[in-house]
Amino acid sequence: MVFSPEIQNDVFEYLLRLGDDRLVLGHRLSEWCGHGPILEEDIAISNLALDCVGQAIQFLKLAGEVEGKGRSEDDIAYFRDVTEYRNLMMLELPKGDFGFTIARQFFFDVYSFHLMGSLQESNYEELAAIAAKSLKEIRYHLRHSSQWVLRLGDGTEESHQRIQDAVDDLWMYTGEMFEVDDVMQRLIDAKTIPPMPSLKTRWKEMVVDILNQATLQIPTDTYMVSGSRQGRHTEHLGFILADMQFLPRAYPDAKW
Amino acid sequence: MSEVERTEREKPEIEDNEWPIWEVFVQEKQGAPHEHAGSLHAPDSEMALQNARDVYARRGRLLSIWVIPSSEITASAPEDDGPFFDPGNDKVYRHPQFYKIPRGVRV
Repeated sequence: MVFSPEIQNDVFEYLLRLGDDRLVLGHRLSEWCGHGPILEEDIAISNLALDCVGQAIQFLKLAGEVEGKGRSEDDIAYFRDVTEYRNLMMLELPKGDFGFTIARQFFFDVYSFHLMGSLQESNYEELAAIAAKSLKEIRYHLRHSSQWVLRLGDGTEESHQRIQDAVDDLWMYTGEMFEVDDVMQRLIDAKTIPPMPSLKTRWKEMVVDILNQATLQIPTDTYMVSGSRQGRHTEHLGFILADMQFLPRAYPDAKW
Repeated sequence: MSEVERTEREKPEIEDNEWPIWEVFVQEKQGAPHEHAGSLHAPDSEMALQNARDVYARRGRLLSIWVIPSSEITASAPEDDGPFFDPGNDKVYRHPQFYKIPRGVRV
């Protein structure tokens, strides 16, 4: 699809957000490989990581095509610095304990589930196709993370406390998911992406339902962080990029 | 001597903190039987199903998965070998090999 010069950069920006979210989360999940609480869960989390990175590849590849400067998905992933990354801050936070990883995954899965559900109706065919494909994987991710929230929340005293702490700590990072800035507004006006007025409501409904079932307290909405979509990040992202980008930056011609 | 006694006494009671084992059966084609794929640990049936999906269905396409608590399986014992499986080679009537196979039929 060819875009008018007015929105071409907005489309590129939006695809970076979708790609970076999944790339950074995928990297955090991959840190569990070999460290999962049990073998089966180790494999499960590694599968999630692979799905996320797979989705990131598709979004970033499309971003490169829209940008039209001949950058591949690898160029975009490996040769941008912190301020050029567009992922949500929530996703770059260190993996924490298993409860933290699950709570974050759950919040993101519910968001992703509704977001991709809307984006697959998009007029932008390439985007709609990736969204539809991702949705199949996300359905499973959501089932996995929500079932774990139930078991940790309604499990032992310790598991309950740990996931409650994670939910409380993460809450202030959830507001960013629903921000509609100028970039998104222009894309909605141009009918490139559908408006999603009820995204936050639908997210909250599902989250509250599961947290209630898991006997967990819903935190009150207070201060919400903001700014990652404009490239303002926590200190943690730099360390992820150092890890992820070292090899291709040191040896740009390295091949698998 | 006293050393041994103390070690014995202080040995903590070993609790079985492993999750139960489940047997996984997978179906690859419509109408095909569910075949044993392996086993895994899980706290309950839903998690067993999810683990089975992750451990056994990550590459090939599957149509269906069954999970069954291993403890629910009644198995024959090795000593049943004789009475259970002795094929009765001496009982000719169990081996329908008397029939002439018509020409043109491929076995």
